[in-house]
Amino acid sequence: MSLLEEIFTEPEPAPVHPVLELREAARTFPGPPEVHALRPTNLRVERGDYVSIVGPSGSGKSTLLHLLGLLDRPTSGEYLIDGIPTVAASENERAALRGESIGFVFQAFHLLDRRTVLDNVLLATLYSGVPRAERRERALAALDRVGLSHRVDFHPGVLSGGERQRVAVARAVVADPRVLLADEPTGNLDSVSSAAVLELFDELHAEGLTLVVITHDMAVADRARRRVRITDGQLVEL
Amino acid sequence: MSAPAPARERAEVHARDRFGVRDLVAEAAAGIGTRPGRLLLTILGTVLGICSLVVTIGMAQTAAGQIARQFDAVAATQVVVQPRQQGWGEGPALATIPWDAEERMMRLNGIEHAGAIADVSVGDAEISAVSVRDPSAVATVQPIVMATTAGFLEAVRGQVVTGRYFDAGHVERADRVVVLGARAAARLGVHRVDRQPSIFIGERPYAVIGIIDKVARRGDLLDAVILPLGTARADFGVGTLAQVHARIAVGAGPLVAEQAPVALDPRTPDGFEVQVPPTSSLVRERVQGDVNAIFLALGAVALLVGGLGIANVTLLSVMERIGEIGLRRALGATRRQIGAQFLLESVVIGLLGGLIGAALGVAAVVVVSVLREWTPIVSTPMVIGSAFLGGVIGLLAGVYPALKAATIEPIAALRSSA
Repeated sequence: MSLLEEIFTEPEPAPVHPVLELREAARTFPGPPEVHALRPTNLRVERGDYVSIVGPSGSGKSTLLHLLGLLDRPTSGEYLIDGIPTVAASENERAALRGESIGFVFQAFHLLDRRTVLDNVLLATLYSGVPRAERRERALAALDRVGLSHRVDFHPGVLSGGERQRVAVARAVVADPRVLLADEPTGNLDSVSSAAVLELFDELHAEGLTLVVITHDMAVADRARRRVRITDGQLVEL
Repeated sequence: MSAPAPARERAEVHARDRFGVRDLVAEAAAGIGTRPGRLLLTILGTVLGICSLVVTIGMAQTAAGQIARQFDAVAATQVVVQPRQQGWGEGPALATIPWDAEERMMRLNGIEHAGAIADVSVGDAEISAVSVRDPSAVATVQPIVMATTAGFLEAVRGQVVTGRYFDAGHVERADRVVVLGARAAARLGVHRVDRQPSIFIGERPYAVIGIIDKVARRGDLLDAVILPLGTARADFGVGTLAQVHARIAVGAGPLVAEQAPVALDPRTPDGFEVQVPPTSSLVRERVQGDVNAIFLALGAVALLVGGLGIANVTLLSVMERIGEIGLRRALGATRRQIGAQFLLESVVIGLLGGLIGAALGVAAVVVVSVLREWTPIVSTPMVIGSAFLGGVIGLLAGVYPALKAATIEPIAALRSSA
């Protein structure tokens, strides 16, 4: 390649990394007997994806969730978030990455019952580096986004299950994460509330949010654009 | 891969937007404030511990101040000189107090009042208010009889209840007058002296010119019939003086101790025994030290119990809030931030307990002092220090629970459904 060519060649665009990428990542639990909770797995979640991971209990769903959520490290392989390798990162770096990049929604909501709805949402801004001056504003916006502006000063204990899960969603998105990681988000909800939460997911996805939903409920999984089944620690695209 | 660079453009997080001291304090405060009932129970131990510490030290200081003041008032200014006796108080006296002891003592620097006293033996003579001998009267204990110089009453801080004490003139002229101690007067039925009552010692009448009460030394004076020294010598042949008492200026003790024996009898200064006040500060320190040691031990035990209480409740709180800890970790909190939060909660609880305890302690000391009419003495640094000690207790008590909280794995924490 001549110098001239080199100058006039269009500069290669910065490589677009997948939001989440598992490279031959595996997780075993030392035995005896040694348990292969997740066999060496490759998984790419691109920006704007809506992926559901389905599988029966004991299939390795939780292990996969913990790995994706940086709550656990693979025993082999590599896991990258937005191109950043995480396996060798220090605990503090992983905590920072977790706070900035991942929004969690749990089956059990995990709201602090003694704090107000607003406080619960603000909690996620504390550790994720959201500018101090914007925190309150963004929390209120997030609550508005999930339709709970009228519940700001309530305590979670007086809310319905569906409302609580929507608070949890607001908390998950307030810090503008790279991906929303939901673990059985409708597991504790009735069908009406479930529908509302799934509707909310659809809307968030439409706005560009990347979602990974782990569930055993096919009805929930079917809402996703892309489905992955996990059985005995192995992933299969559906 | 090395040196990972974020592919997606994200503004570098400014230090002030990270989880800082302000957030830490707010979270710790919220953690404490959401359970006021429990907070009350938790700080109770520390409150009691700090309170008892402040009370004990405060009362010790107050009591010591009280003791010291009594030393200052009486002990530090009283001097007694008496002839030394050969052997163990049985043999003959090694020196004789001269009759003019009062004048000799008054010449010394630092002596404010001085007086001499002698015991008077009246033999079989009966002491009564009336001269009639009533054979049917019940035999009563006779009041003792003493003789003093004119300045003696002042030297022992006695008070004249009614009438007057005799003066140098009475002593010199050997007037037949007496002063009665309060109890002796009551026994003899003499209550007032304005009608010039007399008492009889044997057959001789003596005019009662005064009644005294409240002496700081020689309490036996209150049971005595007191004669002027000259009268006692003339009527009863008193041969020797027993003691010289003196009231001295504060701090004159060592000087008086050195000069008094020489002044009384330059030939046999070694024959006198001088009781001067001990250096007052030494006494005070010793008393204070003893009292403080006991009280401090009690306070320390109370504090230990308070600290264990905080540790216990904080640990319980950590176990209870495992879900919250897991959630915070999932939201990006580091172990250090979790540990710091619980440690700070513990410190704040301890500090709160310390403040309340110190306040209650000061109040208790003041109330007790008022009731006993003492002057409350509570040193400010001690009170402030005690309040902070509560914080230190909280800090120590919080270490283990904080470490425990920091090591909680988010996975395990989140699995236990809240």
